[in-house]
Amino acid sequence: MKTENVIAAGRAERSGIKEKLQQIAKTLVRYRWFYLMMLPGVLYYIIYHYIPMGGLLIAFKKYSLIKGIWGSEWAGLDNFRTVFSSPDFPVLIRNTLIISVYRILFNMLPDVLLALILNEIRVQWFKRFVQTVTYGPYFLSWIIVYGLVFSFLAPDSGLISSWWRDHTGETLNLLTDKNWFRPILIITDIWKSTGYGAIIYLAALATINHELYEAAVVDGAGRWRQLWHITLPGIREVFVLLLILRIGHILDAGFEQVYIFLNARVYEVGDIIDTWVFRRGIENLDFSIAAAVGFFKSVIGFVLVISANRIAKKLGGSGIW
Amino acid sequence: MSFILKRTKSDYVVDFFIYAALTLFALATIFPLYYVVVMSITPIAEVLRNGGFVIWPNELTWDAYKYIFESDRIPKALWVTIRVTVIGTFLNLLVTMFLAYPLSKKFLPGRNVVLVGIVFTMLFSGGLIPLYLVVRATGLLNSIWALIIPGLVSAFNMLIMKTYFENLPGEIEEAAKVDGCGDLATMFRIVLPLSMPIIATLGLFYGVGHWNAYFGGIMYMTDKDLMPIQVVLRNMIVTPSVSNELNINAMEIQQLPPETIKMATVVVAIIPILLVYPFLQKYFVKGMLLGSIKG
Repeated sequence: MKTENVIAAGRAERSGIKEKLQQIAKTLVRYRWFYLMMLPGVLYYIIYHYIPMGGLLIAFKKYSLIKGIWGSEWAGLDNFRTVFSSPDFPVLIRNTLIISVYRILFNMLPDVLLALILNEIRVQWFKRFVQTVTYGPYFLSWIIVYGLVFSFLAPDSGLISSWWRDHTGETLNLLTDKNWFRPILIITDIWKSTGYGAIIYLAALATINHELYEAAVVDGAGRWRQLWHITLPGIREVFVLLLILRIGHILDAGFEQVYIFLNARVYEVGDIIDTWVFRRGIENLDFSIAAAVGFFKSVIGFVLVISANRIAKKLGGSGIW
Repeated sequence: MSFILKRTKSDYVVDFFIYAALTLFALATIFPLYYVVVMSITPIAEVLRNGGFVIWPNELTWDAYKYIFESDRIPKALWVTIRVTVIGTFLNLLVTMFLAYPLSKKFLPGRNVVLVGIVFTMLFSGGLIPLYLVVRATGLLNSIWALIIPGLVSAFNMLIMKTYFENLPGEIEEAAKVDGCGDLATMFRIVLPLSMPIIATLGLFYGVGHWNAYFGGIMYMTDKDLMPIQVVLRNMIVTPSVSNELNINAMEIQQLPPETIKMATVVVAIIPILLVYPFLQKYFVKGMLLGSIKG
């Protein structure tokens, strides 16, 4: 009796598995084209995103190119200890945070300001013209922007530098000046991305119900009161959402721009986590130390973005996902 | 836009400042671009005579451009970048669409796993170093594929495209199925022609990205002949004399100051962006707003 039961159960289970397999096979056949289509993309994500995540293992190893990941010895937390006790580390964190906060302040506010001003323009062709011109630079590379900066600030031939030399007799070299490195980053960023950044606010402004303004006028509200009570509340949600997103990405201080603008004389004020990782890893082949810092940054960044999204949702916004 | 029934004096003053501020900002945007163009075509003698700046050159010279295109480095770099941009954008679009289309089908088993897997890469990454090691291990170093494959799909663009597909009317696809079209044929014959706006938008996103790409070049290339234009441009800008970078005889460019050549190269790198700008303008704004809609 008993054995029969067991056998029957086993058979049932086996046929259950069989059925499941059949079902999977059926699904695969039925949607084969869909799955085949996704194959290259899925492989791409596995190889160039998920394997590198696994590759973070080298942060816990004494990685050498010759021995490979598995051949290299374990280092435990040694790499992290080296990083955290290095005198560079506090400087990197400080620079990253300062540059990020500057960007939040001095990039978000001009974006809003430009949108608000453009919104006051009644002459459509003028509005379109200004918009067309101002969001152009967004599509230029940071190298080109650096080329433009160079044409103004190069110590011997730049427009501003030579004007300065002609009028004061001194040489001006702002590109290697510690006091000017961060302002130059921010000013060029304003030049490059304000026109583009204003688009999203303009879109939000366009959705404000016009009757609100009309009603306000009837109630005797002037321009400033309309701005304060109708226009600004109209973009508050977008602003808060973007602000939270930016705070979530506070450890990304703009790798590309900083790396391109950076030179050894301004490391003290301009070296950020990403540029340091790049130099240490790719240029000095110190892979494990660089990966340890990268790991540290990825984990903190992940936590920040997740919490930022939570907060955005709590505040009644929609969050990013 | 605020409403004003009767404009008072102070309203006119505010309006004046608004127009003035916008005009200034527009000028400040254009001026640096204008300046490099002028510098690249004005003979140095005239520049020096006028104290370093000419608004409108009396004489034009195309020497700097001639040197650039006769040099060894720049045409090679341009050729690398053009190839990467064309091949890269094509593959980007193809693979992105191949992911976005099936993922737009809510009934597809396994869809959520793939989707979550892709979104997760937007939040967490292995970072620079492990990626470099993988690119190295897959044998891409020093080939133009290193500038294409590691950035094959942008998760963000894929989500935009998926949203677009989801919003297409499903009836047309169903009609095609009834008529005996398979999934693949439906995508290429029915969905693709309907999706030209989003394909143009993302094509421009990807294309501009390739043209402007810099890090791929310095991370994965050691062969100077495979450096993309942005890398060569940056090296030129930071070295005092350009003859080494351009690999041409220093004697030849003696009369031509390095600054003029640098500016001309900047202009060469700007021109393609300028050419696609009218299209960018048309599609980018739409694309960006689409992107802010959740996938």
